[in-house]
Amino acid sequence: MLIDILTALVVVVLVGLFFGILLALFVHFFGIEEDETVKRIREVLPGINCGACGFKGCNDYSEALAKGKCKPNLCIPGAEATATAIGEILGVEVEEPVDLVAFVHCNGDCTATVEKAVYEGIKTCKAASAFYGGSKACTYGCIGCGDCAEICVSQAICIADGIARVDTSRCVGCGLCVKECPKQVISLVPQETKTAVYCNSKDKGADARKACKNACIGCKKCEKTCLENAITVINNCAVIDYNKCTGCGVCAENCPTQCLKKVFFPDLPEGFTMN
Amino acid sequence: MEGFKSLIVILLSSVLVNNYVLSRFLGICPFLGVSKKINQAVGMGVSVTLVMLLATVVTWPIQHLVLDNFGLGYLQTIVFILVIASLVQILEIILKKFSPALHQGLGVYLPLITTNCAVLGVAINNITDGYNFVESLVSSLGCGLGFLLAMVLFSGLRSKIDESEVPANFRGVAITLIAASFISLAFMGLAGIVDNLFA
Repeated sequence: MLIDILTALVVVVLVGLFFGILLALFVHFFGIEEDETVKRIREVLPGINCGACGFKGCNDYSEALAKGKCKPNLCIPGAEATATAIGEILGVEVEEPVDLVAFVHCNGDCTATVEKAVYEGIKTCKAASAFYGGSKACTYGCIGCGDCAEICVSQAICIADGIARVDTSRCVGCGLCVKECPKQVISLVPQETKTAVYCNSKDKGADARKACKNACIGCKKCEKTCLENAITVINNCAVIDYNKCTGCGVCAENCPTQCLKKVFFPDLPEGFTMN
Repeated sequence: MEGFKSLIVILLSSVLVNNYVLSRFLGICPFLGVSKKINQAVGMGVSVTLVMLLATVVTWPIQHLVLDNFGLGYLQTIVFILVIASLVQILEIILKKFSPALHQGLGVYLPLITTNCAVLGVAINNITDGYNFVESLVSSLGCGLGFLLAMVLFSGLRSKIDESEVPANFRGVAITLIAASFISLAFMGLAGIVDNLFA
């Protein structure tokens, strides 16, 4: 009896020992040492794998950093703290990263735009936009089915009055919603943005206005009045160059349709609270 | 010719009739865990097939030359676990060293398979079914292919589920398990076809 137990014990221990040593030998002869810098960089990264840096994930980004292929300030959720930490590990100077937040360029809520049809299909923006560009008369604006809210890693997006709104205090600026939106109506803007265009319509003025009373009609008044030449009307829609914009607000005062407005982040409807 | 026929029967029956996932319910965790996307499913399936083959190559001689000769058959399970786990680790080290591209493709799945029950199940079932070495190899190849087939079929099904509107209560794991049971039921319908293949 005792002999049986002992045999079993000895055999298992020997087999374990044999394979342990074998593994150790293999690691010794064939193992590849993981780069110490990669490991250290990965530890300071947030590890949410959002992909905002343009790499597949935190792992991929730290490998690229260790090889010196990219800048250390690309991590948007980690912001300045992460960038400086990476800079210390790599021993390089870090340019200050710009804090970006997602912004929905649309103000076509249910009071402003016309419904051209009743959509009863699958409740995702991608599916809805496949049918004649969504149920709203404007085919450029937010559909409001909330694909962006679904993909958001920080629950920063809500649907209010039929269009997506971003709670900038929660937004980490990863840009996942920008990629997800089938209408490309979301873009990343600097956190200290003072004025923004609340429209994405590329239709000619009259058509845009017919579809939505808050639309940009491409009148170019903002382009002419801007003191810094920061606004250009591209494809019948005003676009602000945030490298030049000082946020003086002259454009907002002159916009006839109020689609170019002053913004005060977090830009949520009055009395609206995120759950 | 008879031997060849029996090999074909073993191969087909392990792919279709005795499918490890869908009929024997082994290896369910990778089946549910890595079947979301078809390319991941294929990667996992190929890795499992490789590891099953490798495990059989090693465990069959161990059983027949070592364990049986010394009357240690009762240590089969624990010895096989040790052997397979170490083997997979060694395979991973070698892949990482000599073929980083292959390691990128399959390497991430290898640690997940180290103590997978389907792999252990193949190694043990080959012994209990009394197969000789070649038959064991064919059987484990078939099991691996069967696993690959199940993974690919199920990932296709899951992408359909993703697109459809599932009642709120069934979303997530619930509908996945229901779909898995349906596909398993469908495979049960294949029982018996191989026995009469050459009749």
